[in-house]
Amino acid sequence: MASSAEARVVAPVRSVTLGNGLKVIVQEEHTAPLASVWCWYKVGSKDEGQGLTGVSHWVEHMNFKGTTNIPRDQVKGIIEQFGGSWNGYTWIDQTTYLETATSDALDRMLFIESERMARCLYHPDDCESERTVIISELQGGENDPDQLLDQELVATAFKAHAYRHPTIGWIADLESMAREDLYGHYRRYYVPNNATLVIVGDVDADAAIRQVERHFGQIPAGAEPPRIRTAEPEQTGERRLTIRKEGTTAYLKVGFHAPAAGDPEFFPAIVLDAVLTGAKGINLWFSFRVPPPQRRTRLYRALVDTGLASTVSGGLLPTAHPFLYIVSATATTGTPLTTVESRLLQEFDGVRQQGVSAAEVHVAQTQLKARLVFDADSVTNIAHQLGYFETIGCPEVYRDASARIDAVTPEQVAALARRMLSESNRTVGWFDPLPVPDDVSRRHSEHERA
Amino acid sequence: MSTPPSSDSTRATPGATVQTPLAPARLGPVRAILANGVVVTTKETRKTPAVTISLAMSAGAVCDPPDAPGAVHLLSRLIDRGTRRRSADELAEALESRGVSLTINVNRHQFTLGCACLSADFDAVLEVLGEIVIEPTVPDAELAVRRGEVLTAIAQDEDSPYIKALHELMALLYGTDHPYGRPAKGTVSSIEAMKIDRLRALHRERFVPSALSVVIVGDVRSDSAVAAATRAFGEWTAPTTRAVPLPSPPRATARRRLVVPMMNKSQADIAYGFVSIARSDPTYYASLLMNNILGQYALGGRLGDSIRERQGMAYYVSSALDASVVEGPLMVRAGVSPANVDRAIASIDEELARMCADGVTDRELAESRQYLIGSMPRALETNAGIASVLQNAEFFGLGLEYDVRLRDYLSAVTRDDVHAAAQRLLDPSRAAVVITGPYDQPDREL
Repeated sequence: MASSAEARVVAPVRSVTLGNGLKVIVQEEHTAPLASVWCWYKVGSKDEGQGLTGVSHWVEHMNFKGTTNIPRDQVKGIIEQFGGSWNGYTWIDQTTYLETATSDALDRMLFIESERMARCLYHPDDCESERTVIISELQGGENDPDQLLDQELVATAFKAHAYRHPTIGWIADLESMAREDLYGHYRRYYVPNNATLVIVGDVDADAAIRQVERHFGQIPAGAEPPRIRTAEPEQTGERRLTIRKEGTTAYLKVGFHAPAAGDPEFFPAIVLDAVLTGAKGINLWFSFRVPPPQRRTRLYRALVDTGLASTVSGGLLPTAHPFLYIVSATATTGTPLTTVESRLLQEFDGVRQQGVSAAEVHVAQTQLKARLVFDADSVTNIAHQLGYFETIGCPEVYRDASARIDAVTPEQVAALARRMLSESNRTVGWFDPLPVPDDVSRRHSEHERA
Repeated sequence: MSTPPSSDSTRATPGATVQTPLAPARLGPVRAILANGVVVTTKETRKTPAVTISLAMSAGAVCDPPDAPGAVHLLSRLIDRGTRRRSADELAEALESRGVSLTINVNRHQFTLGCACLSADFDAVLEVLGEIVIEPTVPDAELAVRRGEVLTAIAQDEDSPYIKALHELMALLYGTDHPYGRPAKGTVSSIEAMKIDRLRALHRERFVPSALSVVIVGDVRSDSAVAAATRAFGEWTAPTTRAVPLPSPPRATARRRLVVPMMNKSQADIAYGFVSIARSDPTYYASLLMNNILGQYALGGRLGDSIRERQGMAYYVSSALDASVVEGPLMVRAGVSPANVDRAIASIDEELARMCADGVTDRELAESRQYLIGSMPRALETNAGIASVLQNAEFFGLGLEYDVRLRDYLSAVTRDDVHAAAQRLLDPSRAAVVITGPYDQPDREL
């Protein structure tokens, strides 16, 4: 019936480094007439100093506002003329830009990325108008209590490492940063020797590499960008925070310092998360848009099936340095946060004391490997993964993910759980809502006005 | 040109007739109609050893009894909590041990169940989905917990300026007597009062073979997929259900404005809209292009260029055309600082009035047309993308070659057509405007 028994030919990944240090990764994928181009930079919010929080994200915005050879009003439409999509994102370790379009637009996509690397304009008026756009983005995030709590939890869990500040930045820095700060950051980090260009799709690898040479070969290498040195010291006691703000719903988050992607304990941690809250996979761009299978997980049964919480989720993302494993729960209306927290901590204690069963690990492995298959269904997703793991310094984690998942044992998961889920390693955050004033009585309605 | 599935004459064809496209189509799906009326559409792809299954039942929120809003949505929270053959836990094990996460959603017209599975698990997973659709027990023992989840979700919606603005605008445009004017989750009082018998009756009345469209896309041969669907759904019998009468909403004759202060929030949300057209309207493609130029192309179209790019007022601003079975909404959305609410609304008014007065340029039309035509290969890249295109084509009766014909439909639209669509749909003096968030200025427009 199913035709999966027939062999699938997966093209090898080609990887070359140009003379100026630009790493180029190409994978042919001929199942659709499409190509995806991603240009990655090793710079994220962790690379920002005092007074400059949010600069990487703001720079990302500025890099859509015109270059020497692409007028300002054409940057966004230039790829849509091919029916293509484009986007970009900034997170704690990386900034990246992408285009996916029919493969006949490959040259156009490479042209855009080469322009973006070397020739963005940073007109002072554009810097100013984007300041208010970004402040609007920050305020939109603050409207969501869950997002607000997440930001405060991370800021509390880290006291030294630059992961502590949000990617969007602190408001005072956004209000005071100047055009020179933005442009200086751009010139420091947007050099070929700090970038990875990934092409996946219906292309000829040799020809594609020649096209890359043509567009990027003349861009000079820059000085090696500065790297942060401060590591987060070990946490020595539980930290807590409570946000009291008007709202309708109570939220709980518990964060634990967790292994970085390149750490041997990363996959045991991914398996542990799957046992607790459901398997998500390791694709930041895609995995988290599809809810995990979680009906039989420990925390769903303990919190959702008992009616204490309406949702529970876990987040463990591949990062360059040790970040956090964060478990989030939404208390059902009328359930006190203390009840939700006490049940949740009881579950953490249970897994610390008794570990996990071989059957749980087996199910988690099956789910995680299925997720790897589901996540590799588009040139955009495949290209994301190749560039993402290269940028955080561990391409082998993606390449060998299936085997590494298979190699995880219940003993490894138990050992990790004992250390990671300890009281002294955790930060507990509450969003404890204050009653909302009866705004409804202040609704203003005007009808039938010409 | 297009019709809802209930009037699709091919559904009456007895037996499992397989239709193939009349002309070579780029996608080339296969469509079969089972003897009981279930429509099965399949497309074999070989990219990954996986299959996407999408089930769409014509039993969306419009099927809520008028005195029980939210019933269909609450049913969606209970339908996979037990069947005649398996308990909730056994269902979860049958799906989740294979890495399958079942997503169940309710929109205005459809109740959908969807998942991806490994191709080796396809038969077993489809069998489980068949049980869930045909013979759920809708257990009373689960009602209290799932009700609590829905009540919490309603409370979260009440606290979200973005969602609140949407709900208020739909109520303003359609009135709460029209199914489009009511939120799918229902109200606190309707959910608190809901009894299990009501949900079971709803399932009995609305879940019938002639209302089901099954789409299967992925690493399984089309004949095998149709055979598996026949095993899962072929024996099911139930009388055809009566369609919910949907009146055409009245067109507004004046501008309306509603301010809902939410002073605990940081950003204000604007929802600005009109009742637009049905999907079957002959001006649909002109309206689609008009909307793309107004509020989509290159990050928000003309609205994005004015409000985000030139004035720096909003992180998000866009417009969306939601042509549906009857006249759906055309909606402009923006999130702005409270100090910029009035300026943003004035800019929306200005852009709409400009398009009504002057229409669009040749270049704008060419770019948006090329974008919409060129987007189809991307939409058809993944199994989930193909399934979504096929379900949409089935629901609106667009045909098996829609992916190819879209080019012709869009190419036939002229600048005058787009201008006429703008004049018909975008009159600011008849707009409904809702503002939610930290804004408390009722009289600014006076």
